[in-house]
Amino acid sequence: MDYANSDVLDAGRRDTDLLLPHGARGVKVVVVGGFGVGKTTMVGAVSEIPPLTTEETMTQAGVGIDDNPGAKDKKTTTVAMDFGRISINEELILYLFGTPGQERFWFLWNGIFEGALGAVVLVDTRRIEVSFEVITRLEDRRVPFVVAVNTFPEAPKYPVADLRTALALSETVPIVTCDARDRASCRDALLSLMGYLCTLAAAQETA
Amino acid sequence: MTSENQDPWNEGTPVPLYVITGGPDSAAESFNLVTLIATRAEPDPAMQPEHAAILTLCSYPLSVAEVSAHLSLPFSVVTVLLSKLVEEERVEAIAPVPVAAYPERGLLEAVIHGLRKL
Repeated sequence: MDYANSDVLDAGRRDTDLLLPHGARGVKVVVVGGFGVGKTTMVGAVSEIPPLTTEETMTQAGVGIDDNPGAKDKKTTTVAMDFGRISINEELILYLFGTPGQERFWFLWNGIFEGALGAVVLVDTRRIEVSFEVITRLEDRRVPFVVAVNTFPEAPKYPVADLRTALALSETVPIVTCDARDRASCRDALLSLMGYLCTLAAAQETA
Repeated sequence: MTSENQDPWNEGTPVPLYVITGGPDSAAESFNLVTLIATRAEPDPAMQPEHAAILTLCSYPLSVAEVSAHLSLPFSVVTVLLSKLVEEERVEAIAPVPVAAYPERGLLEAVIHGLRKL
């Protein structure tokens, strides 16, 4: 990429000629999954910049959920997210957001999904149960998603049909395997999401 | 929460965030995490440091998420700062590609083409 450089404080960039072409726009995809499943690894594998972290402070998000007896008066919760970027072309920048482990919190941050193309649900077969809630919430919000099984070497391998049953997924939702450390593998998972979105768009057009 | 009750050694944010934003009632425009911000004016020495920092950062257009990351400020605080700069026409906010219930084929094809180059 011609201007792929995260060193945004570089004074040499002040020349307005270096601005992105007018009309460049952002678009995003969200990577969701339980704690330690490899979301940030995946973001880092495909991003052209080292993953950055943004956060949001949410008021009363933890009421009834964040039962920490030592902090009874805690009324705010900070939710942090790692993200990366891929310059698709001169007019389009794809941002990839990896959401943190406490799903109950980040689902309260509505902006995460607003305008997202779709989501990749990253699954660790050693802890499939943590994916249930994620998938239910994505379905509730009508966010299209594909399931990517992160192939940890020591994780049990199940046939796709078994995973589909275990996750109660409809036949149409793609399930792919992926190595979150590998750029090509993560790219393919994203491509499978895009392919799925194309299918949905085509079905919408004919409906 | 009032700061008087907190541990004096608690090194949290040294300045309450509402001081940085200019008050709790500042109306933030609707910014998305991936709204791109592009500087349209030189930083002014008299400006609030956070505003000047944004103008320096966004001489190369960056998303609101990136601005938040570089300034280590929460998203909602950054959007309040940005609202003021947009109002003063010092930065331009470029809305993300609108995504309906299902994204457009043309957009998807562009993304697919871009990803294949990775």
